[in-house]
Amino acid sequence: MQKILTGNESAAWGAMCAMAQVVSAYPITPQTTIIEELANLVAKGMLKAEFIKVESEHSAMAGCIGAQAAGARTFTATSAQGLALMHEMLHWAALGRLPVVMANVNRAMAPGWSIWTDQNDSLAQRDTGWLQYYCESNQEVLDTVIQAYKVAEAVDLPVMLVLDAFFLSHTYEAVDIPGQERTLGYLPPYKPSIYLDVNEPHAFGGIVPQDVYMEFRYKMQLAMDQALEEADKADEEFNRMFGRGYGLIERYHSDDAETILVTAGTATSTARVVIDDLRARGRSVGLLKIRLFRPFPAQLVREALAGCRRVAVLDRNICVGMGGIFAQEIRSALYHQPPERRPHIHGYIVGLGGRDIIPEVIEQIADDAEKRTVDDGRMIWIGLKD
Amino acid sequence: MEALPHLKNFTEVAEREIMTSGHVACPGCGAALAMRLALKTLGRDTILVIPACCWAVIDGPFPYSAAGVPVFQVAFETAAISAGAIRYGLDATGKKGINVVAWAGDGGTFDIGFGQLSAAAERNDDIIYVCYDNEAYMNTGIQRSSATPWGAWTTTTPGADFKRERKKNLLEIMAAHRIPYGATTTVAYPDDLVRKFRRAMSVEGFRLIHIFSPCPPGHKALEKDSILESRYAVESRVFPLYEVEDGTHYTLSMDPPKRPVDDYLNLQGRFRHLTDEQRAYIQQTVDEEWARLMHRMKVGEAIGG
Repeated sequence: MQKILTGNESAAWGAMCAMAQVVSAYPITPQTTIIEELANLVAKGMLKAEFIKVESEHSAMAGCIGAQAAGARTFTATSAQGLALMHEMLHWAALGRLPVVMANVNRAMAPGWSIWTDQNDSLAQRDTGWLQYYCESNQEVLDTVIQAYKVAEAVDLPVMLVLDAFFLSHTYEAVDIPGQERTLGYLPPYKPSIYLDVNEPHAFGGIVPQDVYMEFRYKMQLAMDQALEEADKADEEFNRMFGRGYGLIERYHSDDAETILVTAGTATSTARVVIDDLRARGRSVGLLKIRLFRPFPAQLVREALAGCRRVAVLDRNICVGMGGIFAQEIRSALYHQPPERRPHIHGYIVGLGGRDIIPEVIEQIADDAEKRTVDDGRMIWIGLKD
Repeated sequence: MEALPHLKNFTEVAEREIMTSGHVACPGCGAALAMRLALKTLGRDTILVIPACCWAVIDGPFPYSAAGVPVFQVAFETAAISAGAIRYGLDATGKKGINVVAWAGDGGTFDIGFGQLSAAAERNDDIIYVCYDNEAYMNTGIQRSSATPWGAWTTTTPGADFKRERKKNLLEIMAAHRIPYGATTTVAYPDDLVRKFRRAMSVEGFRLIHIFSPCPPGHKALEKDSILESRYAVESRVFPLYEVEDGTHYTLSMDPPKRPVDDYLNLQGRFRHLTDEQRAYIQQTVDEEWARLMHRMKVGEAIGG
């Protein structure tokens, strides 16, 4: 079935297809229409789920954690301040090894209040032990929700999928909806290996002495390693069943490119247009889209960037005091490569607080990168006003 | 050994033990005894939700657990939502007949978890919320909470800066949410405690049981006096035992001959510094609160509904 959906509605319909059993959510702009749509789907009986109408995002995540521990598949969605308020519980879900799935609509952090997109909210949660996917289209949002459950439940880790405020959340596209029956063929019902069972009582989350804690963390790391394989498998299987696959990264005209731009989220679509245009004008440029950010697909990134001379990373985020976060990750991934497989990496800060990344801006970045001869690790701010 | 026939109905407390030995509570801990009595009543079809509080330690370190039923330890402020969410999860997966019990201290209830408690009560989540109230942050080493009574010493209200604020009235706040069932109880009255858990189990929706829980290290009291302190709290009317149904219908559980608050205060080193005038002030506030409770009972009877 095809429908014209916003990115937010696509997230809700993804949870509907995946038959989430408990939704625990709290409204925040620009996430609101995700949970409104879910409330409608539940009210119409199209999604048989319990909807916990909580009083805060902290409780939204605590609600997913409790319901998931009881053996139910859960879903929530949030944005910016809401995600920040959840921070404690993000650790709890991950260390509790509960495969919660959440949509986060990228929104800049306050103050001053901004409801527009940038990636600082989700990237600030990088070290919580959640998988993170960055989506480019509404179809990808819906499909990634379904894939997210597949991966989360295979490795018992939570998954966050991220979509840009307004550029995706409130923009309409035609979206193919697999429906619950077809999705069931891809994603079987949630069967936890361990849960709160009165017939087999266990204590979860008690005090862990110094001689045990590290091993719990190590097991999380092993699960994250496995998640990389599971995410790849989940995408391939999805492609076989539904005819759509995204990869963990996407290489666009990058194989023979001297300059490769790196993007995540909706800036990718704009960059594709710019790449086409520059290629038509004889420029040797390509694009690398990062879809899976955690676990970081380091090997795939190394291979994608091995042959080029320079990389221009578009960071719609800023780690104040260090620079763009995607640029740091890519530098780190390439550090141990031999010099001939280690291009210059230039980091660009762009589009914060929802400032539009228009084709001219991307072209400006490509021009700037091509002129640079030294890899000095500076952060380069694009479009700053005096 | 067979029970003697004339003792058969002596107590309603079940013989079965669900909580095991090996827990790590301090000697004389009211919270350990409260849990033991509660679980005897609740039975094995119970899931316990425990936020940060003494019981997060008492249950034992990984991989041990003294509770004998599934325990889900949760973040400090999340006892109410976690228990509520477990109920939604059980409903969503078709599991019935299970008591979901949040078991939190006064810090997790009166302070950091207060917003989430209010929200769960407003949603009328189908849980039994138990606050075992030892009147301070005992697990972190006796810091004041909003459940600490006026006049008490704690490590954050030391010396001349003893606590000058009154204790929040938890059951009244929750009654104002019109919860189906709320009650106070304490460990010196095991039959009262057991009866209230049984009553709570027979009601659907949000149920609150507020247990006054003596803490020898925190109250600077003798371990052997925990039960006495618990009893004197009731007899002095510092902690009246009563039930509220639907937020309006009050039932007094016990009205023993009135004991001066001094008897209660004298058992506890945390009140040792108080002057006669300050003790008289406590007596006055206790008498006023009792009069208010009696008044609310009459209003409930008169208006009905």
